[in-house]
Formats: sequence, structure tokens, C-alpha cells
Amino acid sequence: MPEALDPSIVALYVFVLACFIGYWVVWGVTPSLHTPLVALTNAISGIVLIGALLVAGDPNAGIVVQFFGFLAVLLASINVFGGFLVTHRMLSMFKKKK
Amino acid sequence: MELSINQQALAYLLSAILFILGLKGLTHPSTARRGNVYGMLGMLIAITATLMGRDVQSYGFIIAGVAAGAVIGSILAARIQMTAMPQLVAALHSFVGMAAVLVGIGTFLHHRSADLLNPVLMAEISAGVVIGAITFTGSVIAFGKLQGLLSGAQVKFAGQHLLNALIGLLAVALAVHFAMTGSLLSLIAMTLLALTLGVTLIIPIGGADMPVIISMLNSYSGWAAAATGFTLHNNLLIIVGALVGCSGAILSFIMCRAMNRSIINVIFGGFGSESGGGESAGAQAAEKGVKSASVEDAVYWMEDAGKVIIVPGYGMAVAQAQHSLKELMELLQGRGVEVKFAIHPVAGRMPGHMNVLLAEADIPYDNVLEMDEINPEFPSADVVLVVGANDVVNPAAKEDKSSPIYGMPILEAGRARQVYFLKRSMRPGYSGVDNLLFYQDNTSLVFGDAKDTIEGMNAALKGGGH
Repeated sequence: MPEALDPSIVALYVFVLACFIGYWVVWGVTPSLHTPLVALTNAISGIVLIGALLVAGDPNAGIVVQFFGFLAVLLASINVFGGFLVTHRMLSMFKKKK
Repeated sequence: MELSINQQALAYLLSAILFILGLKGLTHPSTARRGNVYGMLGMLIAITATLMGRDVQSYGFIIAGVAAGAVIGSILAARIQMTAMPQLVAALHSFVGMAAVLVGIGTFLHHRSADLLNPVLMAEISAGVVIGAITFTGSVIAFGKLQGLLSGAQVKFAGQHLLNALIGLLAVALAVHFAMTGSLLSLIAMTLLALTLGVTLIIPIGGADMPVIISMLNSYSGWAAAATGFTLHNNLLIIVGALVGCSGAILSFIMCRAMNRSIINVIFGGFGSESGGGESAGAQAAEKGVKSASVEDAVYWMEDAGKVIIVPGYGMAVAQAQHSLKELMELLQGRGVEVKFAIHPVAGRMPGHMNVLLAEADIPYDNVLEMDEINPEFPSADVVLVVGANDVVNPAAKEDKSSPIYGMPILEAGRARQVYFLKRSMRPGYSGVDNLLFYQDNTSLVFGDAKDTIEGMNAALKGGGH
């Protein structure tokens, strides 16, 4: 049987390559939008919601674990909704000269 | 319909692409809103794909959590004042941190009962929990400072760095023990230490270094998400975590560069305190050979000027003067004066803070220029109006090698024909360094609340002037 690649190594590949993408994309962001950038990255880091869904959504995990999951879902959802909406609100204010 | 693990992974890929395009949208204000929509779509796809996967079987807790989170998040986003944006961001960072801690511990407990633990998994859990915990308490402290619940000044005590190093080392040792043995006690102790470290790391840092701290915690929240991704073997979390982590790190770098300081210097403290007396500002000013001017003097120079450049700082945010500035801009434009705004990267309490406040006041972004764009224009400006900024226009940064701010890039306001500082008092800037610009022949100080002063100017301009 051929030697199998450890999934953690694959994860490391994904991580490192994503860092490069992040580096190039973020340097392109105009300084005037740095506050919306922080707000938007905040919203998308609410992606931990996915982890929270997995913890909260498994009935075999036990009530304590599911409750932890519930709290995590709550917090991450505040991030997702609050983050995207406040970013939208800010970006709507940036207007061109009439 | 239940998604297979491969279908789910493809959906995650789509959502990762949307997140990248979303950030890319922020390259220009005209594409930014579309970028945000991409981000929302990406999130919607990610959540839907997760819920349709075979791992999620019970929905009660999820519906309750998402519904409550949606309500709280929407209210926060709708109600928050633009000047309070740094606080909101700090609060949201803390939530990501805490969520990462909860997911980490939850995953551990779950895997333990299913007997699926292994050292690699536990090392990944440790990373997620430790970074998440530091992000959580660090952001809570940053929030407290920004909201004025905690002193914004630097807090220093002997052995501070040694203490942090000890806590850090102990947390690492416990993480190693936890990864090897799976001891719940080690996990809890490690979490508590990391929570403490978040407090001791952020509490010493002064208010005006907040742009760096906000960026740094933004970065941490990303790394926490990435570590959670490693724990769950979820590539989407890893990608998003890396994007956010990089974004925060780059912003931290940009902020540090704009202060000519290293991140080490910010974290371990550098400048003096923000305090200083300031009762009879006019008298103090005269003593020091500084000219003070009336609102009318400034208006006299501005109304016939060819070009006026306005330099806003944190003081503008405190005085909520952005709307009066917009009116001033329009009144001057009505007289054929060219009006521009000059933004220093570290003006305010978070990256880009001033730009958002000016945008809120409906000032078109074409009139708002960054440091490198505006600096060549100062010599051709007739009047510079400095509203609640100080260190960012101090020529000492260029001229005085002994000055603590020497080497910091500044807005070269002093090269204009006339400079008017709107100031509340003679209090020095955050750095505690005296501003050499005050003593220049072409500089005058107008004392008073920034908003009142600008409204006074507006009234004078409306009155027909001189």
C-alpha cells in the first residue's frame, strides 16, 4: 500500500497558499477603506460559525457540548450579521463627487 | 437532500472564492459594496452547505443561536455611531475569539467521548483555544479602553514583560502536556492562562496606539479561525482564517510604519503618557511664544484663499465636528476655494477611521487624500486647518533627531502659507512631544471646542464675510 499523505499536511498547504493570496489582495485595498476592511474581515472571520454549527448540531455529543456549541453559534452569528451589515452601512456612505 | 462530503467541499471552495473577491472589491470605493455582497453570498453558501451536511443532525440549538445572533448583530450594526466604530470592531473581535475557544473545547469533549483523540488534533485544539482566548480578553480590554471604561493611558508595572513571558511559557508547557495526555485539567488551566495573557498584553498599551492594537487583534481573530480550521480539518476555515490573519498583520505593519515604530515597540511600550494640564490655554500659549488667533482671523484668510487643506485627527471625532466641516467645505467651495482633506494613516483610533467619519458627513472621497498624495500639495495651499490632530503634523519628526517621534512620516502642513490649529488647550499630543509647528511664524492657534469653532467659521462665512 502506498504511503498516505497526512491530512494535516494538506491543510498546511491550503493555509500557506491562502496566506499568499491574502497578502496580495489586502495590499491592494485602498487606505481610505481600511475601516470597512477591518469590519469585513471581522464579518468573514465569523466563519467560525461553521465550526460552531458542527459542535451544536450533533445530538450524540451530549447536552454540555451542544450548549457550548449554542453559545459559539450565538457569538459567531452576531459577528456575521453585525459585521456584514455595518460594512454595508459604511460603504453606502462613500460617495463620489456630484 | 443531504450533501456528500465532496459536494460540501466544492461548495466551500465556491465560498472561499467569493470571500477573496469580496476583499478584492475593497480596492476601490466604487466596487466595495459589490465586494461586501460577495462576502455575504460566500457566507450564505458556507452556512447552507454545512447545515446540509451529514454532521449536522439537530437544529434546535442552531436556530436559537442564529436567530438571537442575527437580532443582536443587526441592532448593533444599525445603531452604532460611526465615531464608535473602533469599539464595535473590538467587541466583534472578542466574539470570534470566544467562539473559537468554545468550538475548541466542545470539539475536545466530543472527540473524547467518541474516543477519537490524538496528539495532533489536541495540539491543533490547543492552538485554537489559546489564540482565541488571547483574542477574547485582549479585545475586551481594548473595548474597555476605547469606550472609556478603562483608563486609556499606558499602564506600566515592574516585571511586566517577565510576567507575560512566564504566562506564555507556562501556557505552552500545558499545551504540550495536554496534547500528550488529553488531560482536561491542563486544557482548562491553559485556557485560563491564555485569558490572563490577553489582559496583561493589551492593558499596558495607550489609547493612541489603538490603530495598531485593533489591527493586531483583527489578525489574531483570523489566526484563531485558521487554527479552528486545522482542528476540524475544514479548509474553508483555514482559508478564511489565513485571509483575515494576513489582513490584520498587514494593517498592523502599515500602522507601525506610519509611526516609524516596530510592532515590538508598540506592544512593549514606548511613548510617554497622554496626560497633561491645560487650564488657561491662551496664557500658556503666550508664555511659550505661540500666537493665538480668533475665528475671524482664520475666516479672513480662508475666504479669499485659492486652496484650503483640512487635516482631521482624533479630536475631530471626539468633537463630532465632521458635519460642520462638511458645511465649511461647501461654504468655501461656494466662494471658489478648493478644499481638500489630508489623512494621516494613524489619525483616529483605527485604520481608516477619519475616512469613514468624513464619508458619513457626505464629503466626497475624491476630496479626501492620503499622506503621500497630499504632501506635495501643501506648499501651494494658502491655509491649512488642523482639526484635532497634533503629532501627525509635527515637523520635529523631520528636524529634531533627539525627538521620540523622529523619523515618523508626517503631513507637511507647515509648508502652507498659513496654518490654523483648532485646539482645546496647549496640551501636547499623545507622544508628549512639543509641537514645533506651533512656534512657526505662519502658525496660529484657535482655542475652543473644534465643533463650536467651525460653526463659528461657518456663521462668519454665511454672514457675508469682510
